[in-house]
Amino acid sequence: MTFIDLNFYFFSALLLAAALGVIASKNPVHSALWLVLSFFSCAALWLLLEAEFLGIVLVLVYVGAVMVLFLFVVMMLDINIEEMRKGFVRYLPIGALVALILAAQMIWVVGPIGPDILDDESLKQAVRHGADYSNTKELGRVLYTEYVLPFEIASIILLVAIVAAISLTLRRRKNTKYQTPSKQIQVKRDDRLRIVKMDAEAKE
Amino acid sequence: MIEYTPDFLINFWNWFPVDAQTVAIILGKIVLILLPLILSVAYVTYAERKVIGAMQVRIGPNRVGFFGFRLWGLGQPIADTVKLMFKEVIIPTQANKYLFLIAPILSIGPALAAWAVIPFDRGMALANVDAGLLYVLALTSIAVYGVIIAGWASNSKYAILSALRSGAQIVAYEIAMGFALVGVLMASGSLNLSAIVEGQAGGMSSWYFIPLFPLFLVYFISGVAETNRAPFDVAEGESEIVAGFHVEYSGMAFALFFLAEYANIILISALTALMFLGGWLSPFEGFTFLEGTMFEFLRETSLIWFLGKTSFFIFCFLWFRATFPRYRYDQIMRLGWKVFIPITIIWIFVEAVMMLAKVGPWAV
Repeated sequence: MTFIDLNFYFFSALLLAAALGVIASKNPVHSALWLVLSFFSCAALWLLLEAEFLGIVLVLVYVGAVMVLFLFVVMMLDINIEEMRKGFVRYLPIGALVALILAAQMIWVVGPIGPDILDDESLKQAVRHGADYSNTKELGRVLYTEYVLPFEIASIILLVAIVAAISLTLRRRKNTKYQTPSKQIQVKRDDRLRIVKMDAEAKE
Repeated sequence: MIEYTPDFLINFWNWFPVDAQTVAIILGKIVLILLPLILSVAYVTYAERKVIGAMQVRIGPNRVGFFGFRLWGLGQPIADTVKLMFKEVIIPTQANKYLFLIAPILSIGPALAAWAVIPFDRGMALANVDAGLLYVLALTSIAVYGVIIAGWASNSKYAILSALRSGAQIVAYEIAMGFALVGVLMASGSLNLSAIVEGQAGGMSSWYFIPLFPLFLVYFISGVAETNRAPFDVAEGESEIVAGFHVEYSGMAFALFFLAEYANIILISALTALMFLGGWLSPFEGFTFLEGTMFEFLRETSLIWFLGKTSFFIFCFLWFRATFPRYRYDQIMRLGWKVFIPITIIWIFVEAVMMLAKVGPWAV
């Protein structure tokens, strides 16, 4: 067993344990943190596959931004854990069915039965690249030449989603007071201050 | 050096398997980076008190010295460390024990790990990886977990308020920071930090802070916000929420947050120096009239240039703290989302046009 194998088994075990933690912990904040750990171990596995760009972007986007906001929301929610446990038995058959279908799909794709995707010629020719090979550069080259159209369509879909999400939450209430800094800094002394000349009053 | 080493030491070294030698060398390098770093952290706290003291016409710490000599209070950081080490770590009864203790570790871990890819001089980096810039960006973005978890696990109102403030602030400023870095990597054409520095060769006029001036300002100010330093230190806000996320922490657990904060200050300063001020390159590189004079050595690249530039930015951090009043929270958010992000997007566009039209530094 080489050092790389050792790393692989370590991070795989960590990934499975963290994934178990996500569904097994009672506290939703703990679940979210387990999910963070599973993303992290997943990123480490991708690094082992020489996909350093994807691995680091997974940490940057999912761990650094998405999960922070997720944690944020979960921390703010006042969740009654007892209430959440109630439906466990009722929903168990549906959950089991979904899990079964998922497992069957995965076995179909990568397992011994079904189409043998691992038998592809191009996969067998996969070689380890040296330290000078830049995965980032290759990905960028492919994304902006061969797959430029799907890439652009995906980004437009994301843009539409952003605009939709913002316009759904944007509502102006009449009684809310807003500041307009550009107006604030244009204020002149004469707008606010009036110097009144008055004679000194006589002593009482 | 090798010919002066006694034979038995060389034999002893060669007796180990190659893998063990590699691990030993990497560990040695880590110690060589971390020891000076932690020492600098200690003395940045001293510098902070002295600099702000001078700016406010006070003296600052001047009592604790070594062996009966006062030495301008140079012993102060050591005394502080020893005090913090021997204080009891109190865990509040209603706190979430594990998360409460993990939080400071999550805060210090990324702050130290990011130093792995920082090049100090030509070829002087622990890991000269290709995606260095992305790695640093990823690690600075996960530093927020320490704050959020500390705030939540403390089970205290002040702490959770601080965690929420800090979380929203860091997510907001990270975007501006990322966009500023996009400008840098467009200019250099590389994500490798060493390559970014080498791309700025040719004296002060070819450093990136000139063509990328708005991005340089946005990056550094976002860096101040990202490290939760004044004037963006609403996460601490001692006048409103007493000390924010670390209000329940004491002893070494508190010290770790402190260490992480100052390590991040040094990191952001070093990154700004690397990406915008040419890192270890000399500002006098293009001065041909120095050739043959006694000042020729000034044109050479050196670790000292890098450390000097970094120190300048660290000084700016302290200067800001002594100068600016704290921002109001809605104004922080406005600055991040409505000012910095549009500026960076516009300047990336301008830069792209400049590159296409081959004007300015891209006139080849």
